[in-house]
Amino acid sequence: MPAVEEGTAHSQAQPLEFREVTKRYPGSSEAAVDGLSLEVPAGEICVLVGPSGCGKTTAMRMVNRMIDLTSGDILIGGRSIKDRKPEELRREIGYVIQHIGLFPHRTIGENVATVPKLLGWDKGRTAKRVDELIELVGLDPSEHRDRYPVQLSGGQRQRVGVARALAVDPPIMLMDEPFGAIDPINRERLQNEFLRLQAELRKTIIFVTHDIDEAIKMGDRIAIMQVGGKLAQYAAPAELLMYPASRFVEDFVGSDRALKRLALQRVRDIDLWTAAAIRPGTPVAEAREKIAEADVPYAMLVDDAGRPKGWLSDRALAGERVTKELRSPAEPIVELDDVLRDALADLLSSETRYGAVVDSKGALAGVLSLEVIQHFLHAAPPASPTGAELLRE
Amino acid sequence: MNLLPLAQLKIEKPGGSDSCAASNDFCPGWIAENIGRYWDPLLEHVVLTLVPVAIGFAISMALAIMAHRRRWLTGPIITVTGIFFAIPSVAAFFLLQPITGLGTTTAMVALTSYTLLIIFRNITTGLRNVPAETRDAAIGQGLTQRQVLVRVELPMATPEIMAGLRIATSTTVGLAALAVFAGGGGLGTEILVDKYFKSNVVVAGGLAVLLAAVLDLLILTAQRAVTPWQRARS
Repeated sequence: MPAVEEGTAHSQAQPLEFREVTKRYPGSSEAAVDGLSLEVPAGEICVLVGPSGCGKTTAMRMVNRMIDLTSGDILIGGRSIKDRKPEELRREIGYVIQHIGLFPHRTIGENVATVPKLLGWDKGRTAKRVDELIELVGLDPSEHRDRYPVQLSGGQRQRVGVARALAVDPPIMLMDEPFGAIDPINRERLQNEFLRLQAELRKTIIFVTHDIDEAIKMGDRIAIMQVGGKLAQYAAPAELLMYPASRFVEDFVGSDRALKRLALQRVRDIDLWTAAAIRPGTPVAEAREKIAEADVPYAMLVDDAGRPKGWLSDRALAGERVTKELRSPAEPIVELDDVLRDALADLLSSETRYGAVVDSKGALAGVLSLEVIQHFLHAAPPASPTGAELLRE
Repeated sequence: MNLLPLAQLKIEKPGGSDSCAASNDFCPGWIAENIGRYWDPLLEHVVLTLVPVAIGFAISMALAIMAHRRRWLTGPIITVTGIFFAIPSVAAFFLLQPITGLGTTTAMVALTSYTLLIIFRNITTGLRNVPAETRDAAIGQGLTQRQVLVRVELPMATPEIMAGLRIATSTTVGLAALAVFAGGGGLGTEILVDKYFKSNVVVAGGLAVLLAAVLDLLILTAQRAVTPWQRARS
């Protein structure tokens, strides 16, 4: 992935703060957003999520003054948005919406060049930046630059929407259900691509969605809002899943929140059980000693490189030295880098109690069992990695 | 009211031997010999069409932009231009005479008033058909209201605007044939000079139809040139 051009005015990400933000529409008794306060550290994705009518989009649109605040304030890098001219403020904030809103009468290149043109960049600099961005979002400048939006697929158009929002390297991005209109398979791909991009760009992002799974995947922090524009909980994904602050949050994240937590963790993140790794020919006495020390009452036969071959039967331990008689094969085998949810799926579908965990070289590193996972789910969350961090590794 | 001194003139039908012309028939020979006399009226007709359409376009555009900002203006504007549109043209010529006298100006004023409703409605429709998300994206990127109008809304409304111009132009070519009643000249004068002579009526009328077709084609060509995205398909 090409590096982002340096030296643009706003390349440094900035923190964003909602301070007691309230929006009341005239003629409506209930507030659309009610006393919302939260801070988003520079370079993080804050997902606003909640049912329809919870004020999440209204909250987002107040950041670039598409909607005016009734009371309270929003600060970008410590500076109030009220002091800015709306047009100038908006040019410094990337804006991506569900329906993308590309200009159908402009080519892809011209669409991406919208804000540079508003800021009066010269042609050479704009053209260079446009090609750079088209490439950044995974399209081919020479092939796509001079096409019209109607000639692109939905996914490609969404990429162009992101490229356009990034044109002048804004410190803040607003994204309103950016992948909402994309089919599930392409949505997943675009989400992953965007997280990879974000790992490099480190923008401060307000991301609006109604989909809790998307929120968990995309967010460094999640703000769950409820009808009436109130903030129900603001926390990192794992914390939210572990400790929902209210009945509303618990219902909203779903009864499968334990499974959702598993999607945020890798096998290496949890305390695995140990098993005795025995090479054929080992004295039985030594083998029994190892078995006694291990968590699992069975021994794993391994080859010279330590790769698991199968669980030893009692008869293999009946003589002087360990033989190669197995009670069951070493299935499933999961890797330390596997996402916990996938490892659990392997464990469940193989109908065995223990799953052999191997490191990147294939050597036995531990044992995974349903009990191990259960224990993990009931323990306090460790420093919780986010979807973005998982992808970065 | 001595409106039509021209009506007393008669087309001279040269060559008494030409029995065809004498019997007011359709005579290719006569047409070939006399086609030259129609060029000046045709030119007048072109002016009688293009000037009202151009002025009408300018006025309609101004009205449409006003009504775009202040929606409540749309109804009153349509009512007023609708009344203009409904006044029979000959009546309009007579009504205008005390103000603008007899001649081209009267014809132009009346013809311009007919274009307003058509062009205004089309511009308004075009502007309203711009999808909300496109407008939202434009504003969200920091375009000013004026930039949204000039760079996004008007270009996107071009197909509808051009369609309005085409209808207005064709209509005006037809109505301009009546400008003769305002003393405005044009091909209508030639028709009225000898309305019983088939060759005359066919040539004058035919030229008007041809003019309408050519102008329509020109506007269509212009539209295609300025809206390349309309033909873009993968």
